[in-house]
Amino acid sequence: MNSDAHVSHGAGHDVAHDAAHDGHGDGHQTHITLDGYLIGFGLSVILTAIPFGLVMSGVLESKTATALAITILAVAQIVVHMVYFLHLDTRSEAGWNMMALIFTAVILIIALTGSLWIMYHLKANMAPMNMSTLP
Amino acid sequence: MFENNATILKFIFGRLSLDSFPFHEPILVATFVAVAIGGTAVLGALTYFHLWGYLWREWFTSIDHKRIGIMYMVLGIIMLLRGFADALMMRAQQATAFGGSDGFLPADHYDQVFTAHGVIMIFFVAMPMIVGLINIVVPLQIGARDVSFPFLNNFSFWMTVAGAVIVMISLFVGVFARTGWLAYPPLSEYAYSPDVGVDYYIWGLQVAGLGTLLSGVNFVCTIVKLRAPGMTIMKMPIFTWTALCTNILIVAAFPVLTAVLALLTLDRYVGTDFFTNDFGGNPMMYVNLIWIWGHPEVYILILPAFGVFSEVTSTFCGKRLFGYTSMVYATVVITILSYLVWLHHFFTMGSGASVNSFFGITTMIISIPTGAKMFNWLFTMYRGRIRFELPMMWTIAFMITFVIGGMTGVLLAVPPADFELHNSLFLIAHFHNVIIGGVLFGMFAGINYWFPKSFGFRLDPFWGKLSFWFWVTGFYFAFMPLYVLGLMGVTRRLRVFDIPSLHIWFIIAAFGALLIAAGIGCFLIQIGVSVLKREELRDTTGDPWNGRTLEWSTSSPPPAYNFAFTPIVYGIDAWWDMKERGYHRPLTGFKPIAMPRNTPVGIILAGLCVAFAFGMIWYMWWLAALSFVAALTVGIAHTFNYKREYDLPVDDIARAESERTRLLGAQA
Amino acid sequence: MTSLAVTGDAFVAPADTATEAPGTLTASQSTAEASIFYVLDEHPHPAGYSTMLGFWLYIMSDCLLFSVLFATYGVLGGNYAAGPSPKDLFDLPLVAVNTSMLLLSSITYGFAMLAMQDNRVGRTQMWLAVTAFFGLCFIGIELYEFADFIRQGATPQRSAFLSSFFTLVGTHGLHVTTGLVWMATLMVQVGQRGLIEANRRRLMCLSMFWHFLDVVWIGVFTFVYLMGMLR
Repeated sequence: MNSDAHVSHGAGHDVAHDAAHDGHGDGHQTHITLDGYLIGFGLSVILTAIPFGLVMSGVLESKTATALAITILAVAQIVVHMVYFLHLDTRSEAGWNMMALIFTAVILIIALTGSLWIMYHLKANMAPMNMSTLP
Repeated sequence: MFENNATILKFIFGRLSLDSFPFHEPILVATFVAVAIGGTAVLGALTYFHLWGYLWREWFTSIDHKRIGIMYMVLGIIMLLRGFADALMMRAQQATAFGGSDGFLPADHYDQVFTAHGVIMIFFVAMPMIVGLINIVVPLQIGARDVSFPFLNNFSFWMTVAGAVIVMISLFVGVFARTGWLAYPPLSEYAYSPDVGVDYYIWGLQVAGLGTLLSGVNFVCTIVKLRAPGMTIMKMPIFTWTALCTNILIVAAFPVLTAVLALLTLDRYVGTDFFTNDFGGNPMMYVNLIWIWGHPEVYILILPAFGVFSEVTSTFCGKRLFGYTSMVYATVVITILSYLVWLHHFFTMGSGASVNSFFGITTMIISIPTGAKMFNWLFTMYRGRIRFELPMMWTIAFMITFVIGGMTGVLLAVPPADFELHNSLFLIAHFHNVIIGGVLFGMFAGINYWFPKSFGFRLDPFWGKLSFWFWVTGFYFAFMPLYVLGLMGVTRRLRVFDIPSLHIWFIIAAFGALLIAAGIGCFLIQIGVSVLKREELRDTTGDPWNGRTLEWSTSSPPPAYNFAFTPIVYGIDAWWDMKERGYHRPLTGFKPIAMPRNTPVGIILAGLCVAFAFGMIWYMWWLAALSFVAALTVGIAHTFNYKREYDLPVDDIARAESERTRLLGAQA
Repeated sequence: MTSLAVTGDAFVAPADTATEAPGTLTASQSTAEASIFYVLDEHPHPAGYSTMLGFWLYIMSDCLLFSVLFATYGVLGGNYAAGPSPKDLFDLPLVAVNTSMLLLSSITYGFAMLAMQDNRVGRTQMWLAVTAFFGLCFIGIELYEFADFIRQGATPQRSAFLSSFFTLVGTHGLHVTTGLVWMATLMVQVGQRGLIEANRRRLMCLSMFWHFLDVVWIGVFTFVYLMGMLR
């Protein structure tokens, strides 16, 4: 509602503009709607039912395909939650919320893929020969 | 339920017993006696001079970032003495344990010494000093009145103190970890370290780590939200930039430490199999995870130091910092890249050529932005009017020393070279080179630079310079031999040696440690002498160095509210701009300022955390449970306190401002 | 606490100012000149100005904490140590029920936020209570699941897979429990003081926390339960 009056602390803005701090706490107050929540809920239900269905029924022959499908659906549902429930957009907190999320996502991906890659190689090279410790 | 006295005692005291006290260790007994006498003297003096009320009201419950910052520095300096005592003991042991001699430290004790040395220096000296400097300086530099979350700031400080207390208790009650500062499993697992040592380590770091994480959130918010009007992010002082990146790293890295230590805790307390040798555990995963935290941690340590050097160089060369934009980009690039290099800490663990090459290359790349910074500092100095005050002296020592350390780092980044040098004294020399030459020299530069701002008088230059020369020469004597020893194949953390030709290097290193001890002594004397001579060293203008950034526009020390009127900023080096263009301090029209109230909740919660940790360490489950419930109750009760601010009346502000006017006029 | 509203004449370009040595004062100064470098008519930042961003940053750090637990599960999740594996243990229909509990609790919290936006205390409290109910169901079902595993000998100590499973899912459950304690506290505070600004901020923070827990659960049911059955 007052996003255009919202000052960004990004590159060079004229200091005189700041009507965003008009007592509403944080300058960017998304007006939440019932529709938003219902759409988000509906999408989430679908995006939950499909992966459960795929795995429980084993409809797709290939396990890899199933794994890929449920991963994509999970990411999609996370986006749905971010948009419809967390009201995330590029304007909240002058874009810092989005930037923090992107940075976190990057670190998360690095830590996860890095760990999996490294540990896979370590296990391959350093696996114990002792039979009793095999899974 | 309790069959006999023994069971009752076991319930109350857990695994604490008379054996837990090191009566049979003469060094510890002597230390205890010294600490008891010294402690009693200090506490006695405080009581005699009726200072407890003052301390509680003005310092311990303070939410003022300037006070909290000073308390962090005090913590860091005190813990420096403990950590350095450990260093002296190691040097003495290694210098004497030749030719069949066993030295004077038994193995069990020696292992605790090198572990404690690392833990204390990183977590309770370097981190507090950095957070302390950031606390003192950043809100002033951005023209703010305090941080975003002042109560949380107080809480973070006391949690750091709590962590230090937990570690210090281990000196006299029980033992400390013997695993090295990162406590690798399987050695740190219950099966191989069943005693309290690793538990002290875990809980000390978890408590302190929580404080640090919250501090990180606090400062990112402060810098993002509370900058003065006109201060866009590309007009922020460079120290604030490095503080921002440091705190982003803290928020991103410390959760990893929390999680990894929690997994180790579960292994030790509950018997899970994360890092065990059997039941599917994998100790290498710990090493992987802990260094995902550990590498960003060292950048958390060095970035603020870089910020200090940037501020000091531009101030004492009388020139705008060369290449502000590239400095900012270099800092941001370092921040991101610091997450892509962690494997270089365990090239030798066996991940193979492809993985090792990737991380070796990224490690080499990350040295480039730092090189860019070096050139920027040099170009700032070029054609400047250099004043060799102490902060500038420390900066020059840093530039030379850190470059050497950085180069050895790039050498270690080459995996095949690292296979020779990993865990040798070469590695020890490298990281002390960059941490002492970078972080510690930066802290000394920052302390000498901002001390007048904090206290209203400068530090005595004579004793400061003496300290400087002892430190710098001492550092080179202490650590250059270690490079040689490392190349000759000497492993780290060894207690006894049997190659006579190496002996001389250890003696030189011990001599270096003594020089550093003199440096520390002179530093303490510097503080004492400065207090005694404070009128002579008084800073009446608030701008003793002809500074460039906003903190120098306030009085020394600044009033509690920092700025009666929020400054408006037009460019980089806002204060310089104000001086150049002729500013006027408004002397009328003050408005009441909303200030946060002091709070006892921070120190109370931290105290309860110490009790909780002690209970967990010694298996005194009733104590752990009670203190946990109490902490939860206090925390929740605190949320029912909605009245956390008061209005500072206009009269108080007017009085403080006219006092400043008087001082400025008297100086003219 | 600093302000951004500035008087109109603050942007008069500075006239050639008399050069003064830094730090000294001139005797006479007009308000117009003085205001160039200082905000005279300050509107301080409202209370809680940083709260939303601060809490979001905390959530990001919590994300990274979970990422370590996910990474650990990813690396050690296949180490069954000749003990029970996911196929032996996981009851997907039960997990589906649990997931719906959490998802329902997310939307009912949304209804609470809508009621808060409409300034209706009673309705807000009602939807918070419903949310808490679903949250308790979630925790109850999860505890039942854990107890069932343990009864079968699938304890956290049995294998690295089970250690990682219990820790990841259990940490999520602990977060939900913390959220429930927080919810109860807030309901008391809203009951006492109504939907004042401070309580609204707290409800918004809890909202972020609660939805974030649902996001983590998406990761859990996908990568632990569903993938587990595919291994």
